[in-house]
Amino acid sequence: MKFKEKIKRIPKSWYFLISIVLIYFLFSLFNKEIYLESVGFFTELIYKMIPIFILVFVLMSISNYFITPKFVIKHLKEKGIKKWVFVIIGGILSSGPIYMWYPLLADLKNKGLNNGLIACFLYNRAIKIPLIPLAIIYFSWQYIVILLVVMVFTSVIQGILLNKLMDVKNEN
Amino acid sequence: MVKMENNNFKQSAYKAAKGLWMAFPMILGTILLISLISTLVPKSFYISLFMKNSFLDSFIGSLVGSISAGNPITSYIFGGEMLKQGVGLIAVTAFLVSWVTVGIIQLPAESAILGKKFAILRNISAFILSIIVAILTVLILEVLV
Repeated sequence: MKFKEKIKRIPKSWYFLISIVLIYFLFSLFNKEIYLESVGFFTELIYKMIPIFILVFVLMSISNYFITPKFVIKHLKEKGIKKWVFVIIGGILSSGPIYMWYPLLADLKNKGLNNGLIACFLYNRAIKIPLIPLAIIYFSWQYIVILLVVMVFTSVIQGILLNKLMDVKNEN
Repeated sequence: MVKMENNNFKQSAYKAAKGLWMAFPMILGTILLISLISTLVPKSFYISLFMKNSFLDSFIGSLVGSISAGNPITSYIFGGEMLKQGVGLIAVTAFLVSWVTVGIIQLPAESAILGKKFAILRNISAFILSIIVAILTVLILEVLV
């Protein structure tokens, strides 16, 4: 009984990690080439992510220190375009893979940030300022400028849409 | 300017570390999954999917971008290659936009941390919007340039 209870207490996220590790284990037995290549790719990614992990930790600490629920309510719950501009700039300036930012956003959600603003932030993360010169080389500057403007505009639409959809879902 | 509300930095850092630890298995699992998929799916597979039909290709572009993961630089390289192969700009744009806005591989992590309903609705709407963004961008480009 006690063992079963202990198993039940393990968060589901650990089952996800264990199942992926098991897949890797199977590849290590049956296809070593893919296993080694994936591990190499993984190691490369992890090295790139260490500074981002540190940045996220620092930002989360700063956010916990300064951004209290009252602060979020004051700046992001008020009506107007200010809060959207705040979130758009935040999304564009944030770096690293999208999933690295989930814990910080979950934290801000608990402090009162609404779903639409979180969606807007995540959408704007798609715009990477350091990569714009490279994108211009592959395409054209006119194309990239238009694409970025349309994407910023769309991020707000998605935010409003998600707020409405989540409200409808919550009411049911 | 900002009130501190009986909060010290040590407590804030502890809370941050706790939050990251809670997300740790999902983040690590996602990185492992991305590494495996990036190894299993060859680059040539992406280009072979397109049929040179602008409407269908934009849908395929968005679909392929949604299930892909990795640095946006990779998507620019693929996108550039697609254009060279004759794939339309709307399809390539849908591919580029969905690559960075839709995350099927990250969906388990997003669901666990930000909520299942939120994650599903956000990804579905981002998928549809990637096609709309692609059409709008190319239309504006054709009108202005």
